[in-house]
Amino acid sequence: MPRGLTPPPRMTVRERLREKISAAFYRHGLLCASYPVPIILFTSASILACCYPLLRLPLPGTGPVEFTTRVRDYTVPSHEPQGDLGERPDWYRGPPVAYIQPVLVKAAVSPWDSTLVPVDVFRSPLGRVFSLLEEIRNHVHDDGSLEALCLQVTDLLPGLRRMQRVLPEHGCLLVSPGNYWQNQRELFDSDPDLLKTVHQHEPKGLHTSATLRDLLFGVPVKHTGVSLYSRKRVVTYTITMVLGSYDARFLSSLRARLRQLHPSVNCSLREDHMVHVHFKEEIGMAELIPLVTTYIILFAYIYFSTRKIDMVKSKWGLALAAVVTVLSSLLMSVGLCTLFGLTPTLNGGEIFPYLVVVIGLENVLVLTKSVVSTPVDLEVKLRIAQGLSNESWSIMKNMATELCIILIGYFTLVPAIQEFCLFAVVGLVSDFFLQMFFFTTVLSIDIRRMELADLNRRLPAEAGMPLPKPGPLRPREAPPPPRPSPHTITLQTPAFRNLRLPKRLRVVYFLARTRLAQRFIMVGTVIWIGILAYTDPAGLRTYLAAQVSEQSPLGEGGAGGLPPHLGVAPVFPGPGGDPADTLSVLPAPAEPTPLPENQSQGHHGAPGEGVPLVPQISWGAEDEEGWRRLSFRHWPSLFSYYNITLAKRYISILPVIPITLHLSPREAIETRHPQDTRHPPPPSLKTNDLPADLTLYKVAALGLAAGVLLVLLLFCLYRVLCSRNYGQNGVAHGRRRRGDLPCDDYGYSPPISEISPLLLCGHSMDIECLASDGMLLASCCLAGQIRVWDTQTGDCLTVIPKHGLRRSSSSGCWEQRDGWDAVGVAEPENLGGGTEPGGGVFDEDKGYPLRRRTTPRPALFENQPDLTPLIDTNFDSQPPSHLLLTPPRNGFDFGGLVEKAYLEHEPPSPGLTASYPSPLSGPPPQRRRSLGYIQPPAPQGQETPDWESAVWAMELRGNLIAAGRSNGKLELWDAVEGSLRCSNEDGVSGITALAFLNNRIVAARLDGSLDFFTVDINKPLGLLQYRGPPGRSNMPPSPCYSSEDVISCQLTRSVQCAHQKPITVLRAAAGRVVTGSQDHTVRVYRLEDSCCLFTLQGHSGGITAIYIDQTMVLASGGQDGAICLWDVLTGSRVSHVYGHRGDVTSLVCTTSCVISSGLDDLICIWDRSTGIKLYSIQQEVGCGASLGVISESLLVTGGQGCVSFWDLNFGDLLQTVYLGQSSDGQGVRQLVVLNNAAIVCDFGSELSLVYVPAVLEKLD
Amino acid sequence: MPRLEEHCWSRSCASRVESKTFSGGNWVASRAEEMMSIVTTVLSNAYGSLHSVRAAHLIRRGLVLFTVGVVLALVLNLLQLQRNVTLFPEEVMATLFSSAWWIPPCCGTAAAVVGLLYPCIDSHLGEPHKFKREWASVMRCIAVFVGINHASAKLHFANNAQLSLTLAALSLGLWWMFDRSRSGFGLGIGTAFLATVITQLLVYNGVYQYTYPDFLYVRSWLPCIFFSGGVTVGNIGRQLAMGGVEKLHND
Repeated sequence: MPRGLTPPPRMTVRERLREKISAAFYRHGLLCASYPVPIILFTSASILACCYPLLRLPLPGTGPVEFTTRVRDYTVPSHEPQGDLGERPDWYRGPPVAYIQPVLVKAAVSPWDSTLVPVDVFRSPLGRVFSLLEEIRNHVHDDGSLEALCLQVTDLLPGLRRMQRVLPEHGCLLVSPGNYWQNQRELFDSDPDLLKTVHQHEPKGLHTSATLRDLLFGVPVKHTGVSLYSRKRVVTYTITMVLGSYDARFLSSLRARLRQLHPSVNCSLREDHMVHVHFKEEIGMAELIPLVTTYIILFAYIYFSTRKIDMVKSKWGLALAAVVTVLSSLLMSVGLCTLFGLTPTLNGGEIFPYLVVVIGLENVLVLTKSVVSTPVDLEVKLRIAQGLSNESWSIMKNMATELCIILIGYFTLVPAIQEFCLFAVVGLVSDFFLQMFFFTTVLSIDIRRMELADLNRRLPAEAGMPLPKPGPLRPREAPPPPRPSPHTITLQTPAFRNLRLPKRLRVVYFLARTRLAQRFIMVGTVIWIGILAYTDPAGLRTYLAAQVSEQSPLGEGGAGGLPPHLGVAPVFPGPGGDPADTLSVLPAPAEPTPLPENQSQGHHGAPGEGVPLVPQISWGAEDEEGWRRLSFRHWPSLFSYYNITLAKRYISILPVIPITLHLSPREAIETRHPQDTRHPPPPSLKTNDLPADLTLYKVAALGLAAGVLLVLLLFCLYRVLCSRNYGQNGVAHGRRRRGDLPCDDYGYSPPISEISPLLLCGHSMDIECLASDGMLLASCCLAGQIRVWDTQTGDCLTVIPKHGLRRSSSSGCWEQRDGWDAVGVAEPENLGGGTEPGGGVFDEDKGYPLRRRTTPRPALFENQPDLTPLIDTNFDSQPPSHLLLTPPRNGFDFGGLVEKAYLEHEPPSPGLTASYPSPLSGPPPQRRRSLGYIQPPAPQGQETPDWESAVWAMELRGNLIAAGRSNGKLELWDAVEGSLRCSNEDGVSGITALAFLNNRIVAARLDGSLDFFTVDINKPLGLLQYRGPPGRSNMPPSPCYSSEDVISCQLTRSVQCAHQKPITVLRAAAGRVVTGSQDHTVRVYRLEDSCCLFTLQGHSGGITAIYIDQTMVLASGGQDGAICLWDVLTGSRVSHVYGHRGDVTSLVCTTSCVISSGLDDLICIWDRSTGIKLYSIQQEVGCGASLGVISESLLVTGGQGCVSFWDLNFGDLLQTVYLGQSSDGQGVRQLVVLNNAAIVCDFGSELSLVYVPAVLEKLD
Repeated sequence: MPRLEEHCWSRSCASRVESKTFSGGNWVASRAEEMMSIVTTVLSNAYGSLHSVRAAHLIRRGLVLFTVGVVLALVLNLLQLQRNVTLFPEEVMATLFSSAWWIPPCCGTAAAVVGLLYPCIDSHLGEPHKFKREWASVMRCIAVFVGINHASAKLHFANNAQLSLTLAALSLGLWWMFDRSRSGFGLGIGTAFLATVITQLLVYNGVYQYTYPDFLYVRSWLPCIFFSGGVTVGNIGRQLAMGGVEKLHND
């Protein structure tokens, strides 16, 4: 219980509730992270179960749906839903808008005569429409007439003036080609050019909806045959009667009458089914634009939300999971609502964006943020649980608020809003469920992946570190590692590591690698589009059917060449419409072919050929429902002209009445208009197809242009909405302007208690010096006590001086082991994830032969240093790859005697731990003796530590601590054993600063002199050969020694008057030693020969801070508040800025900027190349000097009882970590950044070890 | 009725501008001239001092807000169109620009003014807007605003009072979810009040009229729309202003 640390004595209900919620979430988080796979399976199953009812819903699409019933027992459906008729669609209620009675006329002039002109193909057939119309209008049966039954229309919509003359404006809605001529035969007869009349009403340009020609002819333009180039010479058109009410007797009598007048001998069209067509709500362009806008806003919302996901392994994966969470919660809500009988009546596409926005992605993001801000060193399970419980209260609060708002909406009692609210409530609840189960689990998997990846990345650099223990939680209980045999070290590890991947992670990796999810979605989309295109009434299926029927030649059709009908059967076969019924129509007997010899001419015979032929009128199944070939907007547009909407309503289409007309050539000639003969024969047969193709191209081009425009628009939106800088930093964290106090809580920030600093207690007085080399940390307090800490675990390894008696041999041994155990435990990752096959070889090549050697028994060689792994900073600069080249055992040329001795005395045991010295693994002393080593006895009384004088300067390299004392004594201590290795008392003036580089120590003294010492390690003779090839490395050998070595520290050179005044700063890097003194100068020495290279003058005050690094960047700051940048190679001053009132207390450079702090407690960030101040941060009083750079972009500063992390590029406060429970603590005066991204800060008499989780990501 | 309503909406949109100024042709013209002169002086000063950076930033923010206002005006105008209006594709572009030409620019200007006013008032009151300062939240806010407009256009309510009450609740919910600041509430109320008064005046003078006026001369839900619009645009303006501060801070 993170929040339950200090429970108040009396908690309010609210607090108790909060506690409980938090606890519940904590447990839930543990559960989720513990069993990810079962939980994900469970959620997937529940999602699928909840979405199952959705299968009953029709696919989204705007196409009309159909329902077929029998004509015979047809009654108008009642308004009340009838439960018993399961197959009946729910829209089939109440009377339809209209009944459509099509009368399909096929007319041809037969036999065709050579004297006939092309116009004759359609003039006289069209002329017959007027008599038919008359017949229909005048038909009376049982005092029922068309006038009484038909749908009476009043006015055309205003704005359709050009249709006024064509479409009926009053009375019956009866549509036929005769409308072109106002249903007057005289006008038709006097029309010189029928085609022109037909064409003049066509809209110019693109026509996507039904055209007037389609409406009047009732068949697609291609099939009318009203063309000069028609090959079939059959004219087809429909007289469409729109009836307002249904009178079966009237219709049947009309049908009988027409049949009697114009018998269709070969027609056996099915007449017993009527089709009800339901139209969905149409979406016009005008409505589409707001819809598209809402979707754009939705995508922007999702984009901006998911962009905040940070510090996880796969950003995209988590974003996808978040979106999936929201989407499937929506689906679940619809599914559940459908399950309980509430059918969605709202337009799903329209309300969808609003639903997503209402449900929101916030919780998911908050969860992610909370979880990733928990300390990384915790177990994944605990991290998830903590993150969940931290945000539990806000999540519950938000959800309650939203539910309240939605409930208020529910009580508006408006059906649409109520429905929306219902969906939203169910969606919210299911979203909560999914967040808790699905997303949390995905997050735990992701975090686990990230930790694994971290491990893999970090290992190469740390491969050489001692790492014997796998278990992170049981450092002490672990038994001492069995003494290994060195031969097996490098062989086991790689396979070991590869096996460590758990199965579920491999599944995840596999999914990620093969992009299964994306491909699945893509395939699904394609299939969906395909289904839509196929089932659409205006779509592929009909087209295919039409194609097939067209391709089958008509003449051959006489023998039954009717096409196989691909699917003209109704989409929803009615109760009576069994498949056999449909099939029975298929072999429709075609008209007996009267003149077989005309067949060929029917195909390619030009009209002018002069051979008489008889156009054949055939009735096929496609004529049965000829309206199917029309655009699905045909009926809506017809009705919309009269301001009648078909949206969400249906019409009933009655079985077609077929009429066959055979006209004699004589009649055709009689009705001919004088100008008809002027039409020349067609020059090309192709011209008819051209316009349609052109239209297609135009549509395609227009669509492409629109797409490009949309992309451009989105791009512009993106550019406008997010500038370049904005996208680079997280917004949600508290943003800090200059001048703000560093430690206040500002805006929203993740719970700061998550980074728990490790307190290193033990010093009795304030800490004066700090030194670290990454693995070890040495601290020295005012009392002169030096403590060595393990930076990974925070264990105190050594205390110098040790209190009380020196340890007995055995206890000392155990204490040592404890220390090393701790070190090993701190790096458990090394065991599993490293890519370095031979950590041991590594060391050898680098010239640490003795690492593999073992420590002597402390009983005998007490004062000799342990054979600890030397953690040298050079490790990092050395590419580890070359180590791989060395065969694992190359370095081990222990003589055969040694091998034998090993085998004799110690049972070999495999394991990594072989490479890590531990006292137990040391060879017994007698072996050494048997090998003939001459071990110089350690002069016990020679060096006596001096406890009187204070330590003024301290450095730590390898595990040697160099301490400079106020009485001028330089001491070298073993950091692990805590023994004094050597001391030098050549100087008497106090050592103010120390630099320890490679095997050299530079000491600056109070009197301004500079002493160069060389640390000599006298190796036992037999071991020298184990070094790597000499001269291989281009840098001087680092100090490496073993407990067998005798370490001596010799003064090689002493520069007596290096400075006129006391030396205040001493830094060494890249083979240079730089000193700064109170005499206003900076001097640069070469490390090898102690030669003074430059004296840099430019400050007008004493030098207080110097920075130099491997890249030869030299910066100095003085008491005058000035900062100078120097070129170390030439000694020239690069830039000179004044930044502080008072001394510059510390200086750090990164590749792009210089960070300085001064006595005025201001931290300034300068641009390194231009010397321009970028910004500054006001620190608290007394904390000015404490700053450190963790990576290129992460700055850490100390404050009053806390440390703050800043984004260096933007000056944003990322996080504040409080070091103690009470924030009234002392200021952080000193701050050291370690390699492994931990920060150590001096916090009064305590040290705090802070691990930065964010740094793990940023370090690379 | 729908057409008229749409018309009302466009007019009311426009009237928002005039709520900042006053109606009256030449006065507006002079005002515009004044604005132009201000803009040109600001532009001329745009180089040199730090102030120029701020001014340029102000102009940029204004431009963004103007664009947002224009787009919202066009889109919301379209929302009010009923489905039966468009029969032929040729007419789509006509309906898109069916309102008078001056409506989108006016709405844009109004949006710019309101959007710049919000951060300004925030800074004057000394209470910086801390609540949900992120683009995702702003997007959510816009979506909800469009949704409110959608509801006002599409939903069929039993009576006007119900519609107005619902929209008022929605607007308040919008403010509570995305703003929660006193200044935001006050400015929203002010915007709504002024705009409604101007609309009343316009209707009174016979510039246009509403089909079913139930609140003196206008529809009673009009203030709610104005209120939520003001809050939304203010949110955008604040977010833009905050981004600007960051950028300034980085320089």
